[in-house]
Order: sequence, then C-alpha cells, then structure tokens
Amino acid sequence: MKTYIRSTANISPQATFNTPMFLGEVTEYHDNRLTCIEPDYNEIISPKLNRRMSRLIKMSAASALTCLKKAGITSPDAIITGTAYGCLEDTGTFLTNLIEQNEEPLSPTAFVQSTHNTAGAQIALLIKCNYYNNTFASGGASFENTLLDAMMFLAEKKQTANVLVGGMDEITDASHTILSRAGLYKRNPVSNVSLFNTSSKGTVNGEGAAFFLLTNTPSENNLAYIEAVTTFYKPADIAETAEQIECFLSEQSLNASDIDLLVMGNNGDAKQDKIYTQLQQVLFDEVAAVKYKNLCGEYPTSTAFAMWMATNIINTNSIPAMLYHSGNVNEKINRVLIYNHYQNIYHSLILVSAC
Amino acid sequence: MGAIVFVAGAGAITGIGNNVPECLAALTEGKTGIDSIKYLPTNHRGSLPACEVKLSNGELAAMSGFLPSASRNAMLSAVAAKEALDDSDIKSIPGLRIGFVSATTVGGMDKTEKFVADFLPDHTKGRLRDLIYHECGNITAMVAEKLCIKSYVSTISTACSSSANAIMYGARLIKHNVLDAVIAGGTDALTKFTLNGFNTLMILDEQYCQPFDENRRGLNLGEGAAYVVLVSERVAFLLKTPPYCSITGYCNVNDAYHQTASSPEGNGPYWAMTGALEMGGLQPSDIGYINLHGTGTQNNDSSEGMAIQRLFHPNYPKLSSTKSFTGHTLGASAGVEAVFSALAIKRGIVYPNLRLQTPMEEFSFVPETGFSKYPGLKHVMSNSVGFGGNCSSLIFSKI
Repeated sequence: MKTYIRSTANISPQATFNTPMFLGEVTEYHDNRLTCIEPDYNEIISPKLNRRMSRLIKMSAASALTCLKKAGITSPDAIITGTAYGCLEDTGTFLTNLIEQNEEPLSPTAFVQSTHNTAGAQIALLIKCNYYNNTFASGGASFENTLLDAMMFLAEKKQTANVLVGGMDEITDASHTILSRAGLYKRNPVSNVSLFNTSSKGTVNGEGAAFFLLTNTPSENNLAYIEAVTTFYKPADIAETAEQIECFLSEQSLNASDIDLLVMGNNGDAKQDKIYTQLQQVLFDEVAAVKYKNLCGEYPTSTAFAMWMATNIINTNSIPAMLYHSGNVNEKINRVLIYNHYQNIYHSLILVSAC
Repeated sequence: MGAIVFVAGAGAITGIGNNVPECLAALTEGKTGIDSIKYLPTNHRGSLPACEVKLSNGELAAMSGFLPSASRNAMLSAVAAKEALDDSDIKSIPGLRIGFVSATTVGGMDKTEKFVADFLPDHTKGRLRDLIYHECGNITAMVAEKLCIKSYVSTISTACSSSANAIMYGARLIKHNVLDAVIAGGTDALTKFTLNGFNTLMILDEQYCQPFDENRRGLNLGEGAAYVVLVSERVAFLLKTPPYCSITGYCNVNDAYHQTASSPEGNGPYWAMTGALEMGGLQPSDIGYINLHGTGTQNNDSSEGMAIQRLFHPNYPKLSSTKSFTGHTLGASAGVEAVFSALAIKRGIVYPNLRLQTPMEEFSFVPETGFSKYPGLKHVMSNSVGFGGNCSSLIFSKI
C-alpha cells in the first residue's frame, strides 16, 4: 500500500512558507544559529491564542493549519507529531520560575504547555479533531517514528483516511548557549552558504516545523508518495550502515542505481560528514546527491525539512539552483532517498517517490 | 494484520514495591505506598504527600547498573524493563526482532533541575553531563543499551496517557510484522518540576488522595516504571510459560476540549472505551473490571465517571483506581496499570479503591472497596487521560 503526500507546509530558516517559489533565494546566516522565518501568525491563528502560545507551538500550529488548507481538508483522521526537545521555551520558563521563586512558582501556564504533546494537542483543539493523536520524542528518530506510525495507521484503514504528521524542534537562547558549551557548533563564525566548504569540528544550530498531509488514496493532487521508511540505531561501523541501507533497498526490490537522487544529512562537522562520504563511495558512487542542512541547520527532526524538499523536488522535477548537487541528475526524478544520521546515533532512511 | 498480540512478561517498580511480586502483595493486602516525601529534595516535604519508590538513588544505581549520578528516571526504567524482559524469557529465543518502546513525560528533569540551578546565575556553570538525560529519548536509549536492544528504540510522550500509547504502538509494530516482541510501557521519576507544576494547578491533595469519592480533594503524585512484554503469536508458542493474557482492544482519541481539563460529559474517555470495545468485538457487558484513570481530581473523576455511566449504565463492571495505592505516576501510570490489569486477568483478582468513604453522588456505581477473587474474569479495561486531551483505553483478555 502506498502512503501518498497530499500537501506540505514548512516553517524553516529559509523562505519556505507560503511562497510560490520552491527555494528561490538562499537566506544567509553569519553565525552558528539559523532561526526560522516566521509568518504573521495573526493571519493564521486568532490573536488571543497567538498571545498565549509559545514560539514552537505557533510555528507548528501555523504550519499544520496551512498544510491542511493546501490539502483542502478541515480535519484529518489522525495527528502525529515528532519532537526531540519538546517545548523548550515553556520548559525553560517554568524551570526558571521554579528556581527563582524557590518552589513557589506563580503560574501553571508554562507548565501545562511544556508537555511534548502540546503542539499535537493544540492543533487538535484548533480544528476540533477528536481522533488518534500521538507524539514521539525519540531523539533523532522522532519524525521517522511519526511516519511509521502514520503508514501503519493508513494501512489499517479500509476506507479513505488522512493523517497529519509533523516534525518540529525549536532553539531557545538557553538551549543554544548550552549546546554550544557542549561543543556541537562551530566556534568560528561561518556562513551557512559555505557550510560544506569548512572542514572543522561542529555544525550550525537549526530549527523548524514541517507538516505533511498523508493519505492512502490515489489522486492527481498527490505530490509524491512515501515508499518506505526505516531507522537504525548506533551501527557499529560503515559496513553495518551500508548493510542496513542495502537491506532497506532490497526489501523494496531496489538497487542503489534505482535511486535518482540521494538527499544526505551532512552538517558540516568533519567527523560526522565522513560517514556520508564513505557511504557514497561504497554504495552511491553513481547517484546524484544533494545536501540540505546548509539551509535549515542541524536539529533532531531536520529530516522533516528534507522530506519537504524531496517532495518538492519530485513534484517540480527540478533541483533548485541553491542546492549544490554532485553527479548527473536523471531527466526525470522518480526516486529520492533521504539518508540522515543524527550524531551517528540515530540513522534513518526515507524513500520518496513520484506517483 | 489482525494477528493476536500476547502479554508474555511484566515488570514494575512503584511506591508499593520494587518488583511485580512486591506490588502484588501490597495490592492484595491493601497497603498504600503514599507517604510523606523522603527522597526528593523539595520544600514541599512534610506538606505534600507522594508515592515515592522507597529506594535512594544510590540503592537504585546498584539495582539498575547506572551510576548514582544518573537520572532517577533512567534507573527506574532499567529496573522494571529488565524484570519484564527476564520474566518473559524472550531472550531464550534466538534471532527475534525485539523493540523497546518507552514513554516518559519529563525525561531526566531531575538532573536538568540541578543543572539549571547552577546555570541560571552564571551561564558558564552547571555540569553538562547532567543534561545528557534531559531529552526523553535519551532515557529510552540508555536503557535500551543496558537491555542490549537495538532493533527498534522509540519514545512516546503524550502526558499522562503516554505509556498506554506506547503499549498500543508496540502491539501495532508486532501486528505489522515490524517486530516480533516489544517491551512497552513507561517511566517517570518524581521531580520538582512536576510536583510544583501540579501544585500551581492546585490539584494536589495535601492528604492521601480519595479517587471517586464525593469529597475528593485532588491527586497525589507517584513515581515508577512498568513494562509489559508484548509478543506475536509465533513467539508466544515458542515460550515455555503461557502468556498472561492477550491485548484485544485499544483506542486513542483526543477530547479536544481544553489543554488540561476533560470535557464534563467525558467525551474523550467515552470514545476511547467505545473504540477499544469495537476493536475487540466486545460489548460493555463483556468487561469484568475497569482499572480507572481515577486520579482523584474533581475534574477527572467526574468526567471519567460520566463516560462510564454513558457506556455501562445500568450494568457496571467492577471498578477501582489503583492510584490510591501508587499515586499518579504520570508517564508510567498506564504501564503500571497495564501490569496490574494483566495480573488481574492471570490470577482472577480485582483490586480495591482505597479510602473510599462516600461514593460520588452523581453516579449509581460504587468502586470496589476491598480486594476480591474473581475467577471468571475475562476482560479488563484500563483507562488513561492526559493533558492535551489525549485519552486511551486498552483491553486485556483471558486466553
């Protein structure tokens, strides 16, 4: 059974939201933090709710509602979200309050909005969706888990069904300071445009909220379909990673040469990127490849951005000029394989194909 | 698809026992674990009771194999998951695809609190090592490594219904032949974050909670971890011991009424229970016992009670909230209650709803006040309701 992508919306550090052009001009950042370009929420969410919601919730709700609107669906049969960090801003607010007020915090607002399911719950509340609602907080596999859940959900339904899935994570000042101290990001200023020209340690911090309306029903309006998704955890070495990828492809009766475009999760960290280079040599020597984290930065649910990109590449049958690609691209892009690893802990494969 | 999923093992650590036999003994004897706070360093010691696991971090470290400086949440999870895994004996069957699906609401918040206290006055301070536990997924991953599970590692976080959804997801992974066996459930340690969060919501009982009592005052928080081992039919046949029960129905819905409050008519729990019955091809009269969500708050018990009245009136099954024993263990609660439900089926027993003095006037049903034997018990329903309107029901059935 095929899982079709009917529509998608993406709030990211690039002009990806409500713009007619698919990745027109690259937005450049000169430090190691890429921040989402946010829309005027008042056009999407009521001002009253807008004031109450934290940034991650607003980004998610706006992205979700826009995705539904594009699909022409008022309420889906399921809402499934994935977030590794959850609501960092609300969590930070309540923690700060708790410590500064010496355990006599004043307001429960930040606390009740701090749970990981807040985005999924607020979307359900906004559109009065009473059906299946689930949230994954599985680190670098959170978004991939939502896809597997959605694909199983759609396969379980005998009639037409629609699932709204999304991957979202936010940066806060505190999280950026802390993760910088942990050495995740580049020490010296770097432009995201030249991220892949550096050979130093560290990446750039990113964030985003990308949503997809998935359905089990064929239609001319479908943008692409998800053939398969898988995750694997802490492979021992490159050989095991290559074996996992080959196994994934053979389960779909495919060879590496059947892939028209590989989307790779390089993040500019010399050591972490070496894995992609080695795999290209071993498996994807002949396959054209693009990278995406120069656009959205590194974060645990960045594969949602990658899937938004893959969907658009397939649907427009074009690779935007801003995406530097290696290798020869076939005239018709039928199959895009997203391969990402998050800190060499969570590895994932998402195969998106033309309908 | 349509294959049967069995419960082949159980593990639990709660305020009433450090393993399943200890929990079962306390349930049988009617001994609550709620007490004054002894282990969590908080200003609310003495004023707010809670149901802590009666072990220090040092003692838990020794039991779990973690360092004493690790998050209490990871330690609780490791103890219960290991017990469940050993109980099921699935490791004796070579080549199985075993997954670990664990739920938690706050991850390693106990360590984050410690970090933030140092970090706030000076952003160069605070031990970064304390933060490796912050992400919910990291707790699951660390425990998965202790259990040597690599096939599939996933974390679900839907507030107080989290581990019901973990069990449901685990069952579906087996039905879809993604995995052969799944250790599914959840964990949450008591933290200052949750204690103060619920305190600002003014829904904590300063006395011992009285779920479904007319004069109920709120909930007591608890802590713990609990897992069931779910296996496919093929695996169940290979095991030496017969499974506890099967999972015949489950349903996840959203009340979509309010971020923290349940609808007065109990729509969420009503739809969850109805959906689970429908999936199992069961009638309300087939259910012999309901393990209630029953937190003891005004809102929950009246909303859940309303849903039960709508679905079961006038023939009510036996009902009780075991949160009167364990407190509300948040992300672990549906895991704890799944273990209790599986035991109820296997042994034909029903647990009391402790401290019930005046049954709620608006309803004609009365929860169980004493422990009882129920040899013919065939189907047990377990309800969960959470922040964000997340409601899930599970049905466990005799084989």
